[in-house]
Amino acid sequence: MLTNQSVAERLQAKFGSAIVSTDEQFGMLSLTVQRETIYAIMQFLRDDADLQFNFMTDLCGIHYPDNPKATELGVIYHLHSWSHNFRIRLRTFFPRTDVRVPSMVPLYATANWMERETYDFFGVNFVGHPDLRRILNVDEMDFFPLRKEYPLEEQTRTDKDDAKFGREGNYVVKV
Amino acid sequence: MPRIFTDKDPQQQYTTLNLGPTHPATHGVFQNILKMDGERIISGEPTIGYIHRAFEKLAEHRPYYQITPITDRLNYCSSPINNMGWHMTAEKLLGIEVPKRAQYLRVIIMELSRIADHLICNSILGVDTGALTGFLYCFEEREKIYEIFEEICGSRLTTNIGRIGGMERDFTPTAWAKLDKFLKEFPAVLKEFNKMFNRNRIFMDRTIDVGACTPEFAIQYGFTGPCLRAAGVDYDVRVTCPYSSYEEFEFDIPIGTNGDTYDRFMVRDEEMWQSIRIIEQAIAKIKAIPDTTYHANVPWVYLPPKEEVYHNMEALIYHFKIVMGELEVPAGEVYHSVEGGNGEVGFYLVSDGGRTPFRLHFRRPSFINYQAFPEMIKGQYLSDAIVTMSSMNVIAGELDA
Repeated sequence: MLTNQSVAERLQAKFGSAIVSTDEQFGMLSLTVQRETIYAIMQFLRDDADLQFNFMTDLCGIHYPDNPKATELGVIYHLHSWSHNFRIRLRTFFPRTDVRVPSMVPLYATANWMERETYDFFGVNFVGHPDLRRILNVDEMDFFPLRKEYPLEEQTRTDKDDAKFGREGNYVVKV
Repeated sequence: MPRIFTDKDPQQQYTTLNLGPTHPATHGVFQNILKMDGERIISGEPTIGYIHRAFEKLAEHRPYYQITPITDRLNYCSSPINNMGWHMTAEKLLGIEVPKRAQYLRVIIMELSRIADHLICNSILGVDTGALTGFLYCFEEREKIYEIFEEICGSRLTTNIGRIGGMERDFTPTAWAKLDKFLKEFPAVLKEFNKMFNRNRIFMDRTIDVGACTPEFAIQYGFTGPCLRAAGVDYDVRVTCPYSSYEEFEFDIPIGTNGDTYDRFMVRDEEMWQSIRIIEQAIAKIKAIPDTTYHANVPWVYLPPKEEVYHNMEALIYHFKIVMGELEVPAGEVYHSVEGGNGEVGFYLVSDGGRTPFRLHFRRPSFINYQAFPEMIKGQYLSDAIVTMSSMNVIAGELDA
């Protein structure tokens, strides 16, 4: 029987300082790990006989514009161990000037399109991905639309001036 | 096993076939660029995103209650399941406990929409193999399910059913009557449908060993739902991570053996029978509890009745705040998943305490299942590829978000 504590301790014993922090939200263990070791951690989680995280549930990107520059962009992984019915969340963060993250396709084939989607929307460069192209947006697009600096609406419009109702909430990029 | 040609084979003359994006046999906007050797597919390259509507970006700019209509448009064959999934995600974040009656009402609605979803998938599989009659029989029943939805929430396809905190209203007596009528009549129709297809020689020849996959392949490619269970893996979110009191219900999880089109058909078929069982149990459970509250007592989240708004100051304040989207949300991250028509529909919600989600990611089973499609059709005939796609039940709305 896996518990959040036992898994966290196991990983900390094995990988030490590569686990930047652990927390638990709504019962799910979340680990923030270093980008350099994420592949090794994922492989360990998948192949270890006691853990058996055999299923990648989800992979997505995230952008925190207010974070320190070194941890601005992130990738979030959700894994599920079916034999223990145990879910875990892994996070890794990196600066927007260096968006390389190891691809998980060799471990989980399902990561293929999810990584393409994350590349499409956040511009994360998954190193080792067999076919990293845009997937939902057009190939000619030259920006990554889910990053926070891209506003939902065209900012040149003047007929929609209703700042009182929360439209000013768009992040404006400060370079 | 027929010989499978590869790209490396010399002396072959290939044809490139552009299947879609508006091919009637794919019922949806799917484009596949196929490399063909005569009738046989050597490789396929799907292009998706034709109806991409930027739901994740939209969701970052909308208050919580306005996200429900977005979820409608993911898998529009079973919108209520997505609605409920989103409500439960928000409730998990807000710490709301929904009363039992509302949970059972949700179970009824979710199972009805599962029937509607599987019904359309299975009957269209019939159309793709050349049997139109079953499709017409089934559409009548699907229509009855939509009439029940209409009676409950006012709309049919994109339902926007329920609210964060419970149901928006109780079932009306007409809704109960329609539900009873449906439960009485539907098994006979489904039985007739089964008689038409399950042991039909032509149907079996067209579907057995078509688009087959092994359990290892299914798990590697992240299959969930009927596609996974057809391959012989008994994973169902309703059982492994129960929500909305599913742990109290007695039902079976059908699984297949080959993971082929026929197994997917049979798994969906049996799931419809199980859904009927679940609905009957839910009705009995609702009758057994005297409590008639259908929503949690959370006035800061749940809209007050309109009469109250006119006569009661607190109700007016809450009404205004809720409609303007001013909701006190804790910061945090939550993942919640429900068993949708096609598999595990997941919602990954990151809140920074603001009026809108900081990030909302939808785990869309159609998107994840569809990436294995080129692998599954390799070496098959073109007409089998159509059948495979149909049985995977790829919904364009869910695929493209």
